[in-house]
Amino acid sequence: GFFSSCEGNSVERKIYIPLNKTAPCVRLLNATHQIGCQSSISGDTGVIHVVEKEEDLNWVLADGPHPPYMILLDGNLFNRLVMQQLKGTSRVSGLAVSIAKPNPPQGFSPGLKCPNDGFGVYSKDYGPQYAHCNRTVWNPVGSGLSYEDFDFPIFLLEDANETQVIKQCYQDHNVPTDGSGPEYPLCAMQLFSHMHAVTSTVTCMRRNSIQNTFSINPETVCDPLLDYNVWSTLHPINSSEKVDPKKEFIMVATRIDSHSFFWNIAPGAESAVSSFVTHLAAAEALHKASDVHLLQRNIMFTFFQGETFDYIGSSRMVYDMEKDKFPLRLENIHSFVELNQVALRNGSILWMHTDPVSRLNKKLHIQNKKGGTVNSSVGANVTLQEVGFSQSLPPSSFQRFLRARHIPGVVLTDHQASFQNRYYQSMYDTPENIRMQYPEGLSPEETLEYVTDTAKSLAEVATVVARALYRLAGGANDTSAIQADPKTITQMLYGFLIKMNNSWFQSIIKPDLKGILGDDVPQHYVAVSSPVNTTYLVQYVLANLTGTVVNLTKEECLNPEKTPNAEKEMYDYAWVQGSLDPNSTSRVPYCVRSTVRLSKALSPAFELREWGSTEYSTWTESRWKEIRARIFLVASKELEIITLVVGIAILVFSLVATHFINAKADVLFSIPRDPGAVAY
Amino acid sequence: MTLAVFFGCTFIAFGPAFSLFLFTIARDPLRIIILIAGAFFWLVSLLLSSLIWFIAVKASDPRDEPLQKGLLIFGVMFSVLLQEAFRFLYYKLLRKAIEGLVALSEDGCSPISIQQMAYVAGVGFGLMSGAFSMINLLADALGPGTVGIHGDSQLYFLTSAFMTMVLIFLHTFWGILFFHGCENRHWWEIVAVVVMHLAVSGSTFCNPLYVGSLVPSYVLMAIAAVWAYMLSGGSVQNLRRFLLCAQSGASPQPAS
Repeated sequence: GFFSSCEGNSVERKIYIPLNKTAPCVRLLNATHQIGCQSSISGDTGVIHVVEKEEDLNWVLADGPHPPYMILLDGNLFNRLVMQQLKGTSRVSGLAVSIAKPNPPQGFSPGLKCPNDGFGVYSKDYGPQYAHCNRTVWNPVGSGLSYEDFDFPIFLLEDANETQVIKQCYQDHNVPTDGSGPEYPLCAMQLFSHMHAVTSTVTCMRRNSIQNTFSINPETVCDPLLDYNVWSTLHPINSSEKVDPKKEFIMVATRIDSHSFFWNIAPGAESAVSSFVTHLAAAEALHKASDVHLLQRNIMFTFFQGETFDYIGSSRMVYDMEKDKFPLRLENIHSFVELNQVALRNGSILWMHTDPVSRLNKKLHIQNKKGGTVNSSVGANVTLQEVGFSQSLPPSSFQRFLRARHIPGVVLTDHQASFQNRYYQSMYDTPENIRMQYPEGLSPEETLEYVTDTAKSLAEVATVVARALYRLAGGANDTSAIQADPKTITQMLYGFLIKMNNSWFQSIIKPDLKGILGDDVPQHYVAVSSPVNTTYLVQYVLANLTGTVVNLTKEECLNPEKTPNAEKEMYDYAWVQGSLDPNSTSRVPYCVRSTVRLSKALSPAFELREWGSTEYSTWTESRWKEIRARIFLVASKELEIITLVVGIAILVFSLVATHFINAKADVLFSIPRDPGAVAY
Repeated sequence: MTLAVFFGCTFIAFGPAFSLFLFTIARDPLRIIILIAGAFFWLVSLLLSSLIWFIAVKASDPRDEPLQKGLLIFGVMFSVLLQEAFRFLYYKLLRKAIEGLVALSEDGCSPISIQQMAYVAGVGFGLMSGAFSMINLLADALGPGTVGIHGDSQLYFLTSAFMTMVLIFLHTFWGILFFHGCENRHWWEIVAVVVMHLAVSGSTFCNPLYVGSLVPSYVLMAIAAVWAYMLSGGSVQNLRRFLLCAQSGASPQPAS
């Protein structure tokens, strides 16, 4: 035998270069539509064309002689105009987008101009003049690209090195020479992202139930988006019983998820992280206040998951409260404070949004109370200001609560009318968007500890919120002692935006969860398997910031029902890893007692089996088998046909020749004169 | 449409071997058995030689390029010698088999001669060698891509197919030569087979300079073909008679 290559490379490695750092665009479905992208079942192949300016598109759309093309699109051209052109032609078999560095200066948002429209409180029955963003367009940069349906695959190239490899291949083989087309072999790309679900949630859930009923090996085609809400109360409550209807709670809410055009890319710095980090810091500050146990109203800190997709978490909590499946009922909620997007304040102003319709219907005192607390914010660098009277609430979880019951409440944001965030729900909503900057040359530990200006700004907001909550809960003392800690905030911002695998997060989670702390950029997509990393981390950070360390052994901590005085219904016990001993490799674990709990965040539409509901979120994510991308060279059709023809010719010739040789064997091979020998 | 490349390369590499099998081996069960046993012997020789090479590679430093190249050359040469050794072992086995067949037969003659066994054994060796050379290439030829993105030649599949074809032929002829040499104690024939095999395998180190490996291999194949033909009872007159009869379209005699 012989070896056909010197290093023993497999043939596949000679042909294909796999693209490993990519993110696909997947298919999501709701009650009536499908959005996202789809590829053929055996992948889509096309000749690569690099589009860096608008003129390059003409080659793809009209002039190029080797359609279909796979486009490598520069991030700055990834806009609605270009995508409409690509959608309309059959000469495009797929798209690979390279992330634009730096962020596009004019802003980029593939979300809707009017997020979560139709699932908030404004409808034709309630404040119709505010419905469908008639008065205020919240996300003017929004192109709605995420909510369109594409029939070709679209991938994001996250690694600049891989993009360079593709561009090099294009330069070597695909560049047109003097007006005529380039010659074979050409550089091509193949994208696999075949989605199993079609049409809508109604269709895919129906197919799921058919599979589950009749098939021995059921193939599910789609999964509802679900996760868990994280909630905790200032004073512990008995979670297995219903709370006394006369007890009043102040509900503080933020969302903890985000989205972008591509699957599992959702940095959500301004849209989610800034708000829940501020919320966590305010919770910590409140718990540290000295007379917290004397407050007449309890405070419930709630972190809703899935809000990006038509308020999955908050609609579920409202539903549970209405159906008595939650310890609280809607009647217990005295007032509602929500934090949305608070990192990009203009100057020192923090805007308070209230619902104009219920303000007209009911005389509310919430503004007075908040106005009273403005004084307490003197000293902090935050000015609370109300927006104009004729503006609706921005898209917020509060709207779902208002749908069920008139509750007084405010939504605090950094924008007066449209979002300050020009990268709402996009892959560019990164730490740079909230002006997080670190000096050069810091080690990861030093970066974790470094207090950025963003952290200081959020600390001011958290302080104001904590003091206002203290007042709302009936606290009468001086609030100057209630201060949010910028050090905690900067550590949280680092952990949730830059690297989850840091020493602080490692010390506060359960030992068997340390696998969730990855070294990649954290993403906050709600996903279909739960709980996601973000939910776990919010849970454990909240437990660490608001809970107390108790002196229990591991057995007692893991089995609180057997421990006397543990009061399992009032508290949650967690056995966490603890920090690393400085000189050894072992950790010192301990038990944390807190009031942090998880509640399921699955849209009520799936509980009620109303797949076509217009009342509740019906978002599902399609399933798929394999998602990958690779580049290679393709040979001309002529060479392939020549190979086939040569092969057939050789086969036919050898058949004919062998037949004749065999037939005339006695002529060709003469019988030897020796009679004992045998002839052919 | 790389199904075209797949079928094209399959036909190029295995077309002649397939037609040899179909017309000369398939009808006789005894020949089929000898074919398959021969293939198996080649397989065992490959297994043993690759084991040695694998151990040598694992025991050495993977980053040392010249050492790895040297180990590969050593592995190839060792494999060639081992294949020829197994050919000799197979010869011994078939000799014993002939004695058994003679004992079993009614007229004291073996139904198959050692020359026929030599030919079938050669085809067996060749087919298995070809399969191992070509099958993984064919599997990758089915995909949409062709070789070349890292700078290798685009003609990789084609040249591999032609190389496989020539190797199958070579093994057939070497089988005839080798057995004849063992039978008649003509040691130079055995040495010539080994030397030719080493030369052909060594020439593949010239790849991707395909002219350096294909051309010498085809030249050697022609030489081996002529030699094997002569040893099998052929001559120039027979050849002339065959060609003239074929041209005059005489009815074919029953095949042997």
